[in-house]
Amino acid sequence: MKAAILILSLLTMVASAQTKPGDTARGKTTFIQNGCYQCHGTVGQGGLAGPRLAQTRLTLSGFTAYVRNPNPGNMPPYRVKVMSDQELADVFAYLQSVPPPVPAANIPILNDGR
Amino acid sequence: MSKSKGSVGRRGFLTGAAVTAAGMVGAAKGLAQQELHPAEPEAGGSVEVAGNEKPGSDFMVDVLKTLGMEYCAANPGSSFRGLQESIVNYGGNRSPEWLTCCHEESSVAMAHGYAKIEGKPMMVMAHGTVGLQHASMAVYNAYCDRVPVYIILGNILDINFRRGNAEWVHSVQDAASMVRDYIKWDDTPVSLGHFAESAVRAYKIAMTPPYEPVVIVADGVLQEEPLVEKGLRIPKLVMSAPPQGDSSAVQEAARMLVAAENPMIVAGRVARTPRGIELLVELAETLQATVKDQRLRMNFPTSHPLYGDPGQLPLSPNVSEADVILGLEVQDLWGATHQMTPLNRFGMESRPTTKNGAKIISISAVELNHKSNYQDFGRYVEADLAITGDAEATLPALIEAVRKGLTGDRRRILQERGTKIAEAGRQWRQRHRETAGVGWDASPISTARLSAELWAQIRNEDWSLVSWDRMLSSWPTRLWNFTKPYHCIGTHGGSGIGYGAPAAIGAALANKKHGRLTINIQNDGDLNYAPAVLWTAAHHKIPLLNIMHNNRAYHEERMYLQILGAKFNRGIQTSDIGTALDNPNIDYASIAKGYGLYAEGPITDPKDLAPAIRRGIQRVKSGEPVLLDVVTQPR
Repeated sequence: MKAAILILSLLTMVASAQTKPGDTARGKTTFIQNGCYQCHGTVGQGGLAGPRLAQTRLTLSGFTAYVRNPNPGNMPPYRVKVMSDQELADVFAYLQSVPPPVPAANIPILNDGR
Repeated sequence: MSKSKGSVGRRGFLTGAAVTAAGMVGAAKGLAQQELHPAEPEAGGSVEVAGNEKPGSDFMVDVLKTLGMEYCAANPGSSFRGLQESIVNYGGNRSPEWLTCCHEESSVAMAHGYAKIEGKPMMVMAHGTVGLQHASMAVYNAYCDRVPVYIILGNILDINFRRGNAEWVHSVQDAASMVRDYIKWDDTPVSLGHFAESAVRAYKIAMTPPYEPVVIVADGVLQEEPLVEKGLRIPKLVMSAPPQGDSSAVQEAARMLVAAENPMIVAGRVARTPRGIELLVELAETLQATVKDQRLRMNFPTSHPLYGDPGQLPLSPNVSEADVILGLEVQDLWGATHQMTPLNRFGMESRPTTKNGAKIISISAVELNHKSNYQDFGRYVEADLAITGDAEATLPALIEAVRKGLTGDRRRILQERGTKIAEAGRQWRQRHRETAGVGWDASPISTARLSAELWAQIRNEDWSLVSWDRMLSSWPTRLWNFTKPYHCIGTHGGSGIGYGAPAAIGAALANKKHGRLTINIQNDGDLNYAPAVLWTAAHHKIPLLNIMHNNRAYHEERMYLQILGAKFNRGIQTSDIGTALDNPNIDYASIAKGYGLYAEGPITDPKDLAPAIRRGIQRVKSGEPVLLDVVTQPR
């Protein structure tokens, strides 16, 4: 099993190497059209249905590897047939472009509640 | 009905020595004469006019008044017109007061929401046929949510009293059979004395845990015929003490909990009354145990140091660290302790989410009312100790047994455990606050922003949230401070959509006399089932702030399609087909205005949210229902 994952990751890295740099605008369109926002929010903010993706600490290859082979029980794998490596690169670029979150300390109404 | 020579009252009709065709003709003739000439005296003698007689339905109202029914929610129907007339004219339209509903599903859901605030049932009336057919899903929701609803069905059992096709198609042999799988008890009284006894019995049964809906069929003829029955009396209502768990089993549960290194309490529908919250706090503090709350009732204060992180799906608490799990009236305890292969049913697998050797204790009264057909009982739980009894009623004995089992050393260890849980609590609260800032200025508006803006303006009010927050990624639970019994009323129970708006209005009605500020965060898909309940709120001047969670789709179903499409390598861009609520977008503010509400929206810029909420609260405080249409993120 571990070997299979390793091979998959290597193949992903090779494939990723062949993609062009991600396009932020195209990535946003893909993120919405392909329904990623349904669980992760339109700006990748996350929710109970899916984790935060905005400014993910994953690398593009790590991000791609996870989408291709996610943890069982989370989301299904998105194969090349439904989402190309280029599309994932675009989505990754979009998620990195989302403005950083406003720190809670700078939002008064998040600090006077409980 | 006039007591002219030719007329036959129902009592006489049923009990006469000979029921003849001539008698029936005479009855019909007498009725016709009365309708044409209601006050014209017959030659040679006086005549009692109908207005001087009391119908049987007056006595039924007397019975209902003894049960303390505040309201009767109904869409009017001919099979219970007698009761309606008596409620209004004989009863003075008080206790119960008639609430005009535009759909029977709304009537029952209003009663559902009302009961969870008021702690007692509201009365609902409907045709035994088409009305109950409309109402049935809402009845199922109340059943699954263990909520008492007091339903009276109109029906005309005797074929001799059915006029024309409408009353034939609205009549049924056994009216309650349609919902008997998901109510607790029903009866079809054949006399007024029988009605009185069954009405009182029904109330008692509905209000004995597990609470459930009940049905009484009020025969149309019994309602409208003159009240001639002698010796009528209304039985005294004597409530049953709720069932407690077996005392030796409770002792064993206490022993297991005291000995546990890391016990965890999973709370489902624990607090039936405000006392339930106090008891759960007492147990948790005595044990210094984390409470994982399914948020199906206001069980435990969210700001309490022992409150478990709500940042997971509420129905799937993380129990992996516990060595003893105490489930109190848990909805789907098996599901709360297991994980299954998500969604697709190919190669379905399940595994426990508990650690090896973990023990499960269950306390629940639901087993006292198991039925076969509908599967709300969930998967069989291989509990190590299963106690059948109402959790709230059992908690005092359990707390006492736990206290007796604690030694000085053990108390010290427990305090250390509590300190760690409290520290973890501080961390998850801060984490959630930081997470709320992600997408803070996004449009559509994030559910975190919506929740935070709302909290900022209600936190110093006497507020009541009457909607479930799971569809908002539980942001209110993560950010607000829920402490009072009316701060949370759980959810639909049976996942029957269309519950939200009417249940919120029923809850708001119960809150009205207490002067509470009622908040309903309203899912768009839910409102579209029977939106006319907004008119009911306007008509009866029920103040509440409805804030649309307008994500313009049935998003849960949309996510399912998305996941399946990805699973099968196809169609991940088609999940909007059949699930989207756009093109055209629905203008909820205009809909609400049409029903007589003050409304604003659609609100798409988060900066516009706070002023709109402020204006909305002002209008609600003046006694109006308000709707703000907020265009939101999916979750």
